[in-house]
Amino acid sequence: MTQEFLITILATAITAGTPILFAALGELLTERSGILNLGVEGMMLVGAVSGFIFAVKTNDPWLGVLAALVGGGLMALIHAFLTVTLQANQVVTGLALTLFGTGLSGFLGKPYIGVPIENAFKPVNLGILSDIPFIGPVFFQHDQLVYLSYIVVPVLWFLIYRTRLGLNLRAVGENPASADSLGVSVYKVRYFYVTLGGMLAGLGGAYLSLAYAPTWLENMTAGRGWIAVALVIFATWNPLRAMLGSYIFGGIDAFGFRAQAMGIAIPSFFLKMLPYIFTILVLIMVTRKAMANRVGSPGALGVPYDREER
Amino acid sequence: MTESLLVDMRQITKKFPGVLANDQVELQVKRGEILALLGENGSGKSTLMSILSGLYRPDAGEIYVAGHQVSFKSPREAIKAGIGMVHQHFKQVETFSVAENVILGSKDAGFTMNTKQVEKEIAELSQGYGLQVDPTAKIWQLSVAERQRVEIVKMLYRGSKLLVLDEPTAVLTPQEARELFQVIKQMTTRGQSVILITHKLNEVMEVADRVTILRNGKSVATRERSQVNERELARLMMGQDIIAPTKRKLGNLGQPILQLKDVSAPSDSNRAGLCNVSLSVREGEILGIAGIAGNGRRELAEAIVGLRSLTGGSITLCGKDVSNFSPREIIEEGVSYIPEDRLGSGLVPNLGAIDNLILKEYRRPGLGRGPFINRKLAKEFALRLIESVGVKLTGLEAPVKMLSGGNLQRILLARELAAKPKVIVAVYPVRGLDIAAAEAVHQMLLEQRSKGAAIVLISEDLEELLKLSDNIGVLYKGTLMGVLPVTEAEPEKVGLMMLGSQPEEVKAS
Repeated sequence: MTQEFLITILATAITAGTPILFAALGELLTERSGILNLGVEGMMLVGAVSGFIFAVKTNDPWLGVLAALVGGGLMALIHAFLTVTLQANQVVTGLALTLFGTGLSGFLGKPYIGVPIENAFKPVNLGILSDIPFIGPVFFQHDQLVYLSYIVVPVLWFLIYRTRLGLNLRAVGENPASADSLGVSVYKVRYFYVTLGGMLAGLGGAYLSLAYAPTWLENMTAGRGWIAVALVIFATWNPLRAMLGSYIFGGIDAFGFRAQAMGIAIPSFFLKMLPYIFTILVLIMVTRKAMANRVGSPGALGVPYDREER
Repeated sequence: MTESLLVDMRQITKKFPGVLANDQVELQVKRGEILALLGENGSGKSTLMSILSGLYRPDAGEIYVAGHQVSFKSPREAIKAGIGMVHQHFKQVETFSVAENVILGSKDAGFTMNTKQVEKEIAELSQGYGLQVDPTAKIWQLSVAERQRVEIVKMLYRGSKLLVLDEPTAVLTPQEARELFQVIKQMTTRGQSVILITHKLNEVMEVADRVTILRNGKSVATRERSQVNERELARLMMGQDIIAPTKRKLGNLGQPILQLKDVSAPSDSNRAGLCNVSLSVREGEILGIAGIAGNGRRELAEAIVGLRSLTGGSITLCGKDVSNFSPREIIEEGVSYIPEDRLGSGLVPNLGAIDNLILKEYRRPGLGRGPFINRKLAKEFALRLIESVGVKLTGLEAPVKMLSGGNLQRILLARELAAKPKVIVAVYPVRGLDIAAAEAVHQMLLEQRSKGAAIVLISEDLEELLKLSDNIGVLYKGTLMGVLPVTEAEPEKVGLMMLGSQPEEVKAS
């Protein structure tokens, strides 16, 4: 019973962590380019609803994913225009986009509440991989989007740390003036990664509505976008650590759910609070550690870049 | 005729809001020469070079490189045309290694960056020019001189035919400056050209082949070095003869006012903070503190004014122990502080002149009663101070960030000197000011000295220290290497101490 229980908890940790993981990866790229995106929650919701609508209409979940990428990307494009071109305050625009995304997704999704989806993502067996004892049921009995995240994480890690594009990205986030003086277009880089970040947030939302739930509920992200923002700090802007962090959050989420089912006498409200309490604790811990080690955020995070500023 | 010219800038005009930074400027650079671009602060040198390097776009004018007209839309295009600029504030990513900074933005390194290969190339390239840099070191670990070499290597790696150096010696010791001049002379023997932006006449005479002088955004003259002398250059630069600085008499030093005993304090980074610093400043004394950035100058100032807590030692003011007093308590003890960033810690950028001027005064009875401030009295108080320093303001309520550097510094000084301070801590008080404003600031400090204030003057400009100080102390890695009377402080000697030599060693050599 204990091993089965452990496998269930770990496997659920991965599925519950995956939407957070996609969103955190998006936020990570955005922040690496020096832009803070507090609109993740809104972008996830827009991704979730547009993904759901298209999947239901076309009966093809992959078209739903595509729609989610476009939806999240468009939201992020607004953010990029406001923060990069107009150099608006990034905190304010991010919060505004979250409010906007919440409202827009509620409005668009109204007719789809309770609508069944027939072609949701379902676990796919990966043959020999899925049969490995313990490892198999934990990691390789999931749906395609989870497998996609297994690929995206190392690819992004390689991109950031080992390629010229990653060097440009990190330089723009650390010191845009030096990147600009060497011919790296700060605006292009920021537009690109802000948009890509929004697309990944949209994908995270779509995972909720097309695989995890799978259904559409108003405000179904329930703060996962905010957890993703906090997670990026915990991950010190590293995709591999973001993956680990997402699964920890997913695990706590899953544990709260199971503990209730097992009849552990803790009020359900407290269990629902767990991920958020954990978020606050993690933030306190990593902020102290970051201060000590000076592994800070990208140097220019939150600062608009203006070449002719004097 | 244009073929012998590497760069030809014609009728360049650039406006900023409220400022005509460049007004029909003409500039020519020949192949293989060192051209000095001489002018005071604010004469438009940096703007002109930012246009040449593609950072700014001119409002009018034409630029020719090797005979072809160009119009740079970005620094990338200027670099492609062979123009590399070394900015005064280095454009480097501190968390990157030297090699990563060098290849940033370059397409030669390949998509997945063959770092080993690049590091080898950089090592070979820098050795060829006698520029010592370790390609694997992280930028934040390097000294200012090393970081400057990285900037030069960065441009050489991109095959620059023309290197523009913006006031390169401002951050260097005299020895380091000489090494730099060796490097750029070597570049010209390889047919590369150098533009040296400077306001120091001796540098022009030392290295330049020709000199172009800017004044108030206009190019006023271009001369062969062999046909000018410093006096003429100074007249061209300022439009008038300068009054030779009168050799002032040394001050009458009284009782010790400010005393530091074995003071240690941490720094913000892994660099040296302060390490067992002991010094004493007497009534009517200006103690100059020299040192390269990152060696504890700022930490010293902040420790004295209570912004940085001590980890050891004690600070006494007129015999009273004030160690680890809060900044407010230190102010009450009669300490004034002129911080290095006048628009950050010195003044509140978005408040008007009145609010900034009463910042240290409003708590005392007179301007306010209880939680209220009497705006009328505050205005009178502010006007009195403004008049005392001779600033002309358009609006008392307009945010002070709109003011020029000189006026900002005058307002800051007016506030800090109003309370008749016993101790003044001034950090780079004339940085970025033009000659007239700098002179006014110096006069104010000298006036306070004759009134008996004990002044700690921290500066990166050795000339300024030699001109004002009675004694000069040198900080190196957080340690005070020694204090010399100004009469014994030759620039060479102070320079060596800034690099870590003991005063005795210097004397022996």
